[in-house]
Amino acid sequence: MTDATLAPATTASRRNWSRFALRWTLFTLLGLFALFYLMPLFVMITTSLKSLEEIRTGSLIAFPREVTFDAWRTAWSEACTGIQCEGLRPFFWNSVVIAVPAVAISTMLGAANGYVIAQWRFRGANLIFSLMLFGCFIPFQVVLLPMARMLGLMGLAGSIPGLIFVHVIYGIGFTTLFFRNFYVTIPQDLVKAAKVDGAGFFRIFWSIFLPLSLPIIVVTVIWQFTQIWNDFLFGVSFSQAGTQPVTVALNNIVNSTTGVKEYNVDMAAAIIAALPTLLVYAVAGKYFIRGLTAGSVKG
Amino acid sequence: MTEWLERHIPKMVLAPSFAAVLVFVYGFIAWTAWVSLTRSRLLPKYEIDGLIQYERLFNAPRWDTAMSNLFVFGTLFILISMVLGLMLAILLDQKIRTEGVLRTIYLYPMALSLIVTGTAWKWIMNPGLGLEAMVRGWGFESFTFDWVINPDKAIYAVVIAGVWQASGFVMALFLAGLRGVDGEIIKAAQVDGIPAWRIYTAIIIPSMAPIFLSAFIVLAHLAIKSFDLVIALTGGGPGYATDLPATYMYTMAFSRGDIGQAASSAMVMMGVVFAIIVPYLYSELRAKHD
Repeated sequence: MTDATLAPATTASRRNWSRFALRWTLFTLLGLFALFYLMPLFVMITTSLKSLEEIRTGSLIAFPREVTFDAWRTAWSEACTGIQCEGLRPFFWNSVVIAVPAVAISTMLGAANGYVIAQWRFRGANLIFSLMLFGCFIPFQVVLLPMARMLGLMGLAGSIPGLIFVHVIYGIGFTTLFFRNFYVTIPQDLVKAAKVDGAGFFRIFWSIFLPLSLPIIVVTVIWQFTQIWNDFLFGVSFSQAGTQPVTVALNNIVNSTTGVKEYNVDMAAAIIAALPTLLVYAVAGKYFIRGLTAGSVKG
Repeated sequence: MTEWLERHIPKMVLAPSFAAVLVFVYGFIAWTAWVSLTRSRLLPKYEIDGLIQYERLFNAPRWDTAMSNLFVFGTLFILISMVLGLMLAILLDQKIRTEGVLRTIYLYPMALSLIVTGTAWKWIMNPGLGLEAMVRGWGFESFTFDWVINPDKAIYAVVIAGVWQASGFVMALFLAGLRGVDGEIIKAAQVDGIPAWRIYTAIIIPSMAPIFLSAFIVLAHLAIKSFDLVIALTGGGPGYATDLPATYMYTMAFSRGDIGQAASSAMVMMGVVFAIIVPYLYSELRAKHD
């Protein structure tokens, strides 16, 4: 009799306790994983602020005893990338000069293509779209050799315009996909109505579609910028001393074998190279994730 | 005239991009395929000479290493990233107040260049000064963690860095999938007193099959194209212990001056990608028609 009345109370408190334990385990696990993902960034930052002496004597995850920005200065303007010792600065600007026009051009082309494919369907448009889409999936190794020759024939070998060209060409597939998938959700009656009112192809694009496009433009620009800034394969294949993008220069600094290995400089250089895309992620992470998932799920 | 123009403008807008894709994707693939059938060395030759490059390729011990590395790296990278990603997504799906912050932390590596990731992990796994030295400093004198410089273990070091970079992204995919599961079914199961873990294994996870498939496709694609990470982390070494098809191709093309080998290895890479992508795209397109 007593058992029967007590039972619900005990199970309730036991359930409460086990819920508490479960919650606690959950937060511990989530926290440990957060540490795992943050650790490399933490180590990069702290190492870049230490002196070489402190790196040799201290622990990997210790905070710097004496904060110094010498490594940052060296990485930015003095570190050697091969025979050249001007730091990352010139290469950082190379990346900017490559990324900005390449992002702008490939985004504009993607918008125009997506608009045509989604709203001005003609026979064969779907086939064209499939062929362009397929181009997104090829491993770029399969175009490296002919592209190297083609850039040579065009007089663009090892030049920054050459790299811009390459990034535009192999970015079109994705930018077209993004815009096409966005414009396809806009009812076609809109175009029909505008046509009845006498608006033409460009007029409809400028005054109806472009004003609606801000979110997809943001997604595309962020996607393209991250891809192009982080590119290494095209950069290392089609550049020469002086036109290399920042990723290639970073790799050269880290792997240069002259003199004492300066780990603090390596880490400072790595952060400098990562800063623009990290910044974009911090400011517009939502759009970055949308691009990632759109590029994969709906591909 | 203007009417003709008006009718054909859409095609004319699309034409340059389409022509570019035809030449720079399909034309270039054809060029590479052609050259892979010749005796090209430093300069391309165009006389077809059968499958000699592929014979050389499959007899090269270095290519053999690259392919088995791809298999080991690809399997572990995909498997661990999927398991970790799914686990994180389920943990995050428990109505956590700090979800936004945690998601941002788990996903930021995806915004980094693989060269940056490789540089960071190379330093962390550096035996003399990194993790190994740190743990030894805590008093575990015999602790060794020399994977990056150990030819038998170096490929696993690449797996660690790769998983660190990509697992947050898989988490984001799965989290979106979990949020897409019909809430009514879950509520009904809860009312029936089915334990939470059974709801996951019997209802939620099976309904996310398409997301598993896309996660697999994306990860497999990343694995096959892996180049930057290996270059930054191990440089393909020690020796060529961590060579992957992508680094093999690059070495043949740009440092060995062996265009025939570069072309044939690139074609094999494309074959592997297509073996994975084509059935996927095909089923996607069919699903849309049905």
